[in-house]
Amino acid sequence: MKNKISACTDSLKNGMNVSTEWVLKRFPMSKMWNDHMAQYYAPKNFNFWYFFGSLALLILVNQIITGILLTMNYKPDSALAFDSVEYIMRDVNWGWLVRYMHSTGASAFFIVIYLHMFRGMIYGSYKKPRELVWIFGMLLFLCLMAEAFMGYLLPWGQMSYWGAQVIISLFSAIPVIGEDLSLWIRGDYVISDATLNRFFAFHVIAVPLALLILVVLHIIALHEVGSNNPDGVEIKESKDPWGHPVDGIPFHPYYSVKDLVGVGVFLFFFATIIFYMPEMGGYFLEHANFIPADPLKTPEHIAPLWYFTPFYAILRAIPDKFLGVIAMGGAIVVLFLLPWLDRCKVKSIRYRGGIFKKAFVLFIISFIILGYLGTQPATPGYTMLARVFTAIYFGFFLLLPIYTPFEKTKPVPKRVTHENSAEEGYSALVEAFDKMTIKQEPVKTSWGGTITPIKANPAGIKKVLIQLAKKLKESLD
Amino acid sequence: MKKIIYTLLLLLPISVFASGDIRLESVDIDLSDFEAMQKGAKHYVNYCLGCHSLKHMRYKRIAIDLEIDEDTVLAEIAPEGAGIYEQMHTAMDKRDSSKWFGTTPPDLSLIARSREPDWIYSYLKGFYADKSKPLGVNNTVFKDVGMPNMLWKLQGTQTPVFETVEGREVIAYIKLTEPGTLSPDEFDTMVTELVNFLVYVGEPAQLERKTMGKYVLLFFIIFTVIAYLLKKEYWKDIH
Repeated sequence: MKNKISACTDSLKNGMNVSTEWVLKRFPMSKMWNDHMAQYYAPKNFNFWYFFGSLALLILVNQIITGILLTMNYKPDSALAFDSVEYIMRDVNWGWLVRYMHSTGASAFFIVIYLHMFRGMIYGSYKKPRELVWIFGMLLFLCLMAEAFMGYLLPWGQMSYWGAQVIISLFSAIPVIGEDLSLWIRGDYVISDATLNRFFAFHVIAVPLALLILVVLHIIALHEVGSNNPDGVEIKESKDPWGHPVDGIPFHPYYSVKDLVGVGVFLFFFATIIFYMPEMGGYFLEHANFIPADPLKTPEHIAPLWYFTPFYAILRAIPDKFLGVIAMGGAIVVLFLLPWLDRCKVKSIRYRGGIFKKAFVLFIISFIILGYLGTQPATPGYTMLARVFTAIYFGFFLLLPIYTPFEKTKPVPKRVTHENSAEEGYSALVEAFDKMTIKQEPVKTSWGGTITPIKANPAGIKKVLIQLAKKLKESLD
Repeated sequence: MKKIIYTLLLLLPISVFASGDIRLESVDIDLSDFEAMQKGAKHYVNYCLGCHSLKHMRYKRIAIDLEIDEDTVLAEIAPEGAGIYEQMHTAMDKRDSSKWFGTTPPDLSLIARSREPDWIYSYLKGFYADKSKPLGVNNTVFKDVGMPNMLWKLQGTQTPVFETVEGREVIAYIKLTEPGTLSPDEFDTMVTELVNFLVYVGEPAQLERKTMGKYVLLFFIIFTVIAYLLKKEYWKDIH
């Protein structure tokens, strides 16, 4: 009997080997695996900010799978759309989970992409030779915005309807062709069934297809030039006798297992939102979108979803509608031009001059404040504030070519530097905590154990705070 | 000069917000209190379903979620003749209602999601006598509302007490001038049950997702710990 089983497994193994060989002789599977995973050398000093690329891919897969499941019960018809979403939420088994995974995924996608772009900006990952990686990434961002905008019409709630109405009417501000253009986009004089149907088509097939192609291009372009790192050092410049970068490690298994940790942490937060706060206080699912679209009732306050609000605030900040549209588009165009606006040779912010660092901090602040202002009604005070921060936003980009060629940079090391691990960060935190507290005499507790009570140490706290302030100031010089 | 103007402009929204808001009473929602929600369902069918449908809600769903058997739902909650798989439709004709009230009473399946529970609670308690209105009532949170106070018999009649703020007459508070069949406390309990039911109806899945969530989170914690240990093992010799 035993012999029979082992003979059986042997022949099975043999058969599998033969068929694998058959495929490998005809398709470069192992070459692709090696080029992009097992023999793709990535710098060994990736830090926290490098999790978001793989997370973006994870969310893309999530959106596609949940999206396919949603289309099985969703009806792209203005008379049925709203009710079909509620049908998914109530009568379809697990429909609520799939829908929340999709709606939360949309917001999570933007959070992750914004952090991914932030990473690219602080470490100069858009600079030569990675300009094309940045351009593909920006095209991805553009597609993602189109995807999110059109997807938001589909639930056919009040905000879906009026948000789309406002944004599409922007096209009519374009001189001469504007009116006809917006009519052509909508397929009707107002947002209607025709608009819903074409947005559905774009949302479920046209744009996702473009997204997938661009993701492939983004990754191929990246793997051709190699990944940047927090030090902005080209690891290909120092190689070992076998031709591998000394500071590089194979992406698989090192980064595939490391990214798995990121995935776990991300999914923990993702699930927290899905199961406990799917509306996220009206930011991920707006309250007014639980009212079916009504073309005759304009809501008092029309606000786009949070990820568009920085650009929406820029649009509203400009008094002229057409110029506002130009400014909103310009806010994205300047991002495309970043590799050529920034003339500094040094990549990483760690070794760049103080002006750039301060300008960058201002840019991030203005982006966040514009994001907040975009969610609020446009009162005169807020509009003025939005104008100031719009000026800062554009100022950051447009001043780059002027001062970056003369930036006082710090010496860039030849090899990558040591990156603190999570454990080292934790022990530093414990050390700081110890400095800020004084241990008391151990006390016996009622349940038999002993605990050491602690007391705040004002002198220690002051010391730690001063150190922190000094570090902060140094890091901005 | 410009600076002063800008500062004033900045302060403007604050002063606007100071006078514009409606104070809402807060309601205590407890979605584990099935009994309250069952009572709320009965109140809804008795006092609201005449005009307002809950078209996304099936009687069967109520039976499953609130742990009542189907026969009891049909006997005690659903109106005469309703089937267990049916949605909670209203018997009122749309054309009639829009003729009578000027508008069709909205479906309330999602009211607790578009309006907060506190709003619904305050609205249901906020009717007061106003002779200038066609239905003889007005509402503190929904001005010039086109709906009569369905709970008037139970609540009694409320009349407003005015005060003058910045030269305008505004309602300071409303007081009960003619008691109803329920005491104020009993009435509060009843409205709370009703709102509790509507919050559940807004998203029946919330009962399920909240109980399920902790297991999912626990799984991801374990997953992360294992992934972290795996990473540590692989990265041992990377310096």
